[in-house]
Amino acid sequence: MITLANVKKSFGNNHVLQGVNLEIARGTSMVIIGGSGTGKSVALKSVLGLVTPDSGTITVDGQDAAMAERDAFLARFGMLFQGGALFDSLPVWQNVAFRLMRGALKRPREEAREIAIEKLRRVGLKPDVADRLPAELSGGMQKRVGLARAIAAEPEIIFFDEPTTGLDPIMSGVINDLIREIVVEMGATAMTITHDMTSVRAIADNVAMLHDGVIQWSGPVADMDHAGEPYLEQFIHGRADGPIEAVR
Amino acid sequence: MRAITRPLASLGAATLNMLAALGRISIYAFSTFRHIFRRPFYLRELGTAILNVGWLSLPVVGLTAVFTGGALALQIYAGGARFNAEAVVPQIVAIGMVRELGPVLVGLMIAARVTSSIAAEIATMRVTEQIDALVTLSTHPMQYLTVPRVLAGVICIPILVGVGDVIGILGSYLVATGTLEFNSTTYLANTFDFLELRDVFSSLAKGAVFGAIATLMGCYYGMNSARGAQGVGAATKGSVEAAAILILAANFMLTGVFFSL
Repeated sequence: MITLANVKKSFGNNHVLQGVNLEIARGTSMVIIGGSGTGKSVALKSVLGLVTPDSGTITVDGQDAAMAERDAFLARFGMLFQGGALFDSLPVWQNVAFRLMRGALKRPREEAREIAIEKLRRVGLKPDVADRLPAELSGGMQKRVGLARAIAAEPEIIFFDEPTTGLDPIMSGVINDLIREIVVEMGATAMTITHDMTSVRAIADNVAMLHDGVIQWSGPVADMDHAGEPYLEQFIHGRADGPIEAVR
Repeated sequence: MRAITRPLASLGAATLNMLAALGRISIYAFSTFRHIFRRPFYLRELGTAILNVGWLSLPVVGLTAVFTGGALALQIYAGGARFNAEAVVPQIVAIGMVRELGPVLVGLMIAARVTSSIAAEIATMRVTEQIDALVTLSTHPMQYLTVPRVLAGVICIPILVGVGDVIGILGSYLVATGTLEFNSTTYLANTFDFLELRDVFSSLAKGAVFGAIATLMGCYYGMNSARGAQGVGAATKGSVEAAAILILAANFMLTGVFFSL
């Protein structure tokens, strides 16, 4: 279980997280929704230690994330970044097998390549993609490679940062389905941040709405449409009028 | 009163900012040094860095050195002719190239070619979240990105300086024997008889220090880049400026250490 307890983070006078409380049960898929600039990425990066919270505690299976041994802690995670964040200088298969080619999980080069090709196949890419450079791929293919990299070491927890941003609706649907299938298949705990409501309905077991630095509502995805929570209502229906200011 | 205090306040703020930046760079350099001895060692990345920093810099270093050596021979010959001292060309070129121009020109060319390239590459990695991706893949960015590049700088730049010294002297030799009517054997003999081991050692030592400065500045500014294309541009520009200034300052200090004692 991942727990965020009263997590606060400010950048200068911008108080991004003002006491976030959230629990993500093991093996479930939590989607955090909210407008741009509301701190969704900061919350996610705080769990991984990419951003250090000003106060509050983050625990993973009862272990304080700030006190954990970094390599062992991060080995439990896989992450799909918004822009893919593929390493430009490495061919696709080395991106996917990055964790398997160095450090504690190091395998022989051939074995790492075979696993990479298998993971590429799992996300719907042909083996001939393996030797291409990331710059030679389309946005959708880069997202799939990012997804293959995220699952390459079979992590217990997978984070997805805006997985469908910048993709056409059909490719978004493909990525959403892949994420759902992989999370269920691996039994992984998933945390996704997005403002794409189609993604939310496709991926989520539970949903949390982040606004003004706090979680305004959280609950099962099935309850989302009838929650009666004004922030959530306005967001999921994309209304300009409501408690969320259209110009932020 | 404010007309007097405002410039003083600006000067004070600029000084404090500069000292703070020097402090941050020193901490970064110290941290890099500590990570050199930590496992894992990324030998493949070190090899790539040696290729980029050293081997691929050879053409620019060679061309810079050969033209500078040739120009130096012409200048010293013309200057020496004013007091009938044309014969000192080989000695002055040798000492000038090996002690000063070789290391400084190579250092500045490396600042232009390598520092800018490292800063732009790492800054782009920063803004496209590739550095964050490295962290989530249990890879320390300093060990994976900074250490191989800095080691490559410390290993390769002294070699490039040595090559630059030789090519610079060769450039002067070609000009002196081709157009200034120097005897080939005498020119070479005068060159090598005049040089001391200390000259060569100081040249290579300067190269190692300049290599460390050039690569460290590229990595530091790249890692601390602001977002967007403007951030990458500012990091690249800042890295080259800092590397060039620090190389010239270090050259002054090292010259003092080697030749004033």
